[in-house]
Amino acid sequence: MSNCPAIELRNITKTFGSVVANSNVNLSVNRGEILSVLGENGSGKTTLMNMIAGIYFPDHGQIFIDGEEVVIRSPRDAFSHGIGMIHQHFKLVDVFSAAENIVLGLKEEEHYNIRRSAAKIKEISEQYGFEIDPNKKIYEMSVSEKQTVEIIKVLYRGADILILDEPTAVLTPQETQKLFAVLRRMRDDGKAIIIITHKLHEVLSLSDRVAVLRKGEYIGTVETASTNESELTEMMVGKKISLDIERTEPENPQERLVVKNINCMNREGVKVLDNISFTAKSGEILGIAGIAGSGQRELLEAIAGLQHIDSGEIIYNNPKTGKQDDLRDKTPLQIRELGVRLSFVPEDRLGMGLVGNMDIIDNMMLRSYRKGKSPFLQRKKPKHLADEIIEQLEVVTPSATTPVRRLSGGNVQKVLVGREIASSPTVLMAAYPVRGLDINSSYVIYNLLNRQKQNGVAVIFVGEDLDVLTELCDRIIVIGSGRITGTLDGRTATKEQIGYLMTASSAEEKEGGEA
Amino acid sequence: MKQAERHIREPLFHIAKRDALVWWAAWLIRIAAVAAALVVCAVVTVMMTGENPIKVYATMIDGAIGTERRIWNLLQSLAMLLCVSLGVTPAFKMRFWNIGAEGQVLIGGMATAACMILFGDKLPTVLLLPVIIVASIVAGAVWGLIPALFKAKWNTNETLFTLMMNYIAIQLVSYFSLQWSVPKGSGQIGIINGDTHAGWLPSLGGHDYLINILIVAVLTVVMYIYLKYSKHGYEISVVGESENTARYIGINVKKVIIRTMLISGAICGIAGLLLVSGTDHTITRDTAAGRGFTAIMVSWLAKFNPLFMVLTTLLIVFLQKGAIEISTIFGLNASFSEIITGIIIFFIIGSEFFINYTVKFRGSDKGGKA
Repeated sequence: MSNCPAIELRNITKTFGSVVANSNVNLSVNRGEILSVLGENGSGKTTLMNMIAGIYFPDHGQIFIDGEEVVIRSPRDAFSHGIGMIHQHFKLVDVFSAAENIVLGLKEEEHYNIRRSAAKIKEISEQYGFEIDPNKKIYEMSVSEKQTVEIIKVLYRGADILILDEPTAVLTPQETQKLFAVLRRMRDDGKAIIIITHKLHEVLSLSDRVAVLRKGEYIGTVETASTNESELTEMMVGKKISLDIERTEPENPQERLVVKNINCMNREGVKVLDNISFTAKSGEILGIAGIAGSGQRELLEAIAGLQHIDSGEIIYNNPKTGKQDDLRDKTPLQIRELGVRLSFVPEDRLGMGLVGNMDIIDNMMLRSYRKGKSPFLQRKKPKHLADEIIEQLEVVTPSATTPVRRLSGGNVQKVLVGREIASSPTVLMAAYPVRGLDINSSYVIYNLLNRQKQNGVAVIFVGEDLDVLTELCDRIIVIGSGRITGTLDGRTATKEQIGYLMTASSAEEKEGGEA
Repeated sequence: MKQAERHIREPLFHIAKRDALVWWAAWLIRIAAVAAALVVCAVVTVMMTGENPIKVYATMIDGAIGTERRIWNLLQSLAMLLCVSLGVTPAFKMRFWNIGAEGQVLIGGMATAACMILFGDKLPTVLLLPVIIVASIVAGAVWGLIPALFKAKWNTNETLFTLMMNYIAIQLVSYFSLQWSVPKGSGQIGIINGDTHAGWLPSLGGHDYLINILIVAVLTVVMYIYLKYSKHGYEISVVGESENTARYIGINVKKVIIRTMLISGAICGIAGLLLVSGTDHTITRDTAAGRGFTAIMVSWLAKFNPLFMVLTTLLIVFLQKGAIEISTIFGLNASFSEIITGIIIFFIIGSEFFINYTVKFRGSDKGGKA
């Protein structure tokens, strides 16, 4: 028994509709070991862990605990096998105290006794070195304290297999160090720990072994001691594939959009954009690279008039009038009324760019329905546009009156990009425009972006596939944790360079924090 | 892999989302649901009463459309419920959970009654009717506007807010029922202007309810066109489907919320007008009679399409009328008819689950993608 891994996954596969989130993944963790699961965003890390924690049920494959096959149908099943997951988004009741949250939902033999619970919490805290006040209310706690409560919660339930989903994403460097110390103590105590992350230096400093996922595929597991950053990067991003995307020289580039020192906080008061400055030029494709969630969305939304910024300027050089307009804190409608022809293909296609339950024609109208004084809608022109896009971009759909949510991801994207290009923009922003698309649809999108570039549009392309970024873009800026960590020439930049810059900022920050 | 072993351990079934069904398959499921509901109702009927279920259903049909009078009553009830449903529809289509239709109807009726009582002998009919109409519409619209303003300004919870507005409306009616009670102190207003008929909607061609039915018919068509073909209707859909998309294309979400709730409340106000001035000629706390809540079901079942709503309203009104007849003929109490109605509606709503989801049984995809 003792030779068996604490938990072992064999050939786990999970699909959501036509999207394969995990395919034939194999993993194992021993007791007294920390395993990192490494992968870019969308590589299926969280899905995989959710299957262990009983939130999803795998389509195929087996899970073994201590060598015995188990079926985990619900989080309760997972707990009964000693599995505890600490989610990225905490699941705590704000108005309850730490102790109340920890015992919540627990079925104990005896009556609930807050004093006895507090004693047990104290015992756990002392054993692993947590600092916690059991009577403090959750809403009075910092993010790090909340995380501590979550961890104690699963330990209190007797979990000896712990899964932490990006636990350091919300922590300061000092807090991260504290967490790591705790995790090491738990490992020495014989617990099996899985930590999901995409920060390389954390992987190297904390874990015993590293399992790498890429686009839902299991790439392999390596001993941390015998690997290094560049090997892991390569496993994570893959070997360079030649894509043969044509890249012409920018013609007569002019500064179209100048972003100066913009800063932005999110609702929790965390800085998501930190002094970002760049220039987008007409006739070129500007790539933005970075780990997902590094501020790309806020940046584009700030330009599009959807995100309030705390300081900075967003200057648009109008080629028609020659005027300079500041777009900061203008609404999308005001921006349009200024004569700024700004198109935006947002990351969330069906949640923002399109309305899933409306048909293609009605989605075409989103940009143009206001035209004319009549209180009624004019569906003729949108219908023409829909037919045109269906024909030119080869959208596979039963008809123009099919709700877009019924189309496949690639066709949804063609509809969205088609509409945004139809308004002949001078600036085109596209966030992850080929995410989830097959090769052919991806090329349709690349060609569309390229054609826009040749027409003198300033194209801003936020991408995650480094091969595409290095083959498509004229210039690439890399952002990490809301800061620009580097600007590269798209023709000479290498994937390793970008990959390093993507993770660099957090490493820098950490060193800075400790100094 | 060890397929056999795995399948023993797999749960008996799990639920997965379906791709879109073709329209006829969806309707087949709905019809099957009604059929299943009738069978279950029959079993329940036999078990509880020992009556022949066929006879019970025949009584039901007879109760709903057995005589000309019953048909008129059915149409009148249909019109009233449909009118309130038309009122809640724009709000619900916008995903604004307006459960305050009850109050909006009552306050509209209250305004109507007030005008009838206060101006009944002062204004000529040509003037009185327009005053009543404007007053009822404004009253309903204000009752809808208040929660909308708070939602737009401070993002208050519209469900609680509209619910509270119902109680205020009910208490206002109670208060004025005492104030204007005939005879004094009875707490009942009684038939208003029973002798002069001042402020009553006219009866057309000898049919008391015809004007109500016509007004609601026109409203139905207007609402259908408004939601489907107007820019406002389009904005309502976009805001309802995705507030993010609405922001993305520059729709002023707050403005749309306020405008839509004005319309929603105004139509509920008209329903109050039709109930007081066109039907009961009096007002009580029960004038709205729960229609504000039934209307929500009507609207959802019809997927917010006013034309389909005619059908869903008919179904519900038919069941209600039929069920009342069963209770009287077979000497059962009213609860029995409500049980029958409940079962049928449960099945119809439940069928939507099977239209959107499919239940996968263990081993049904053997050797699939493995």
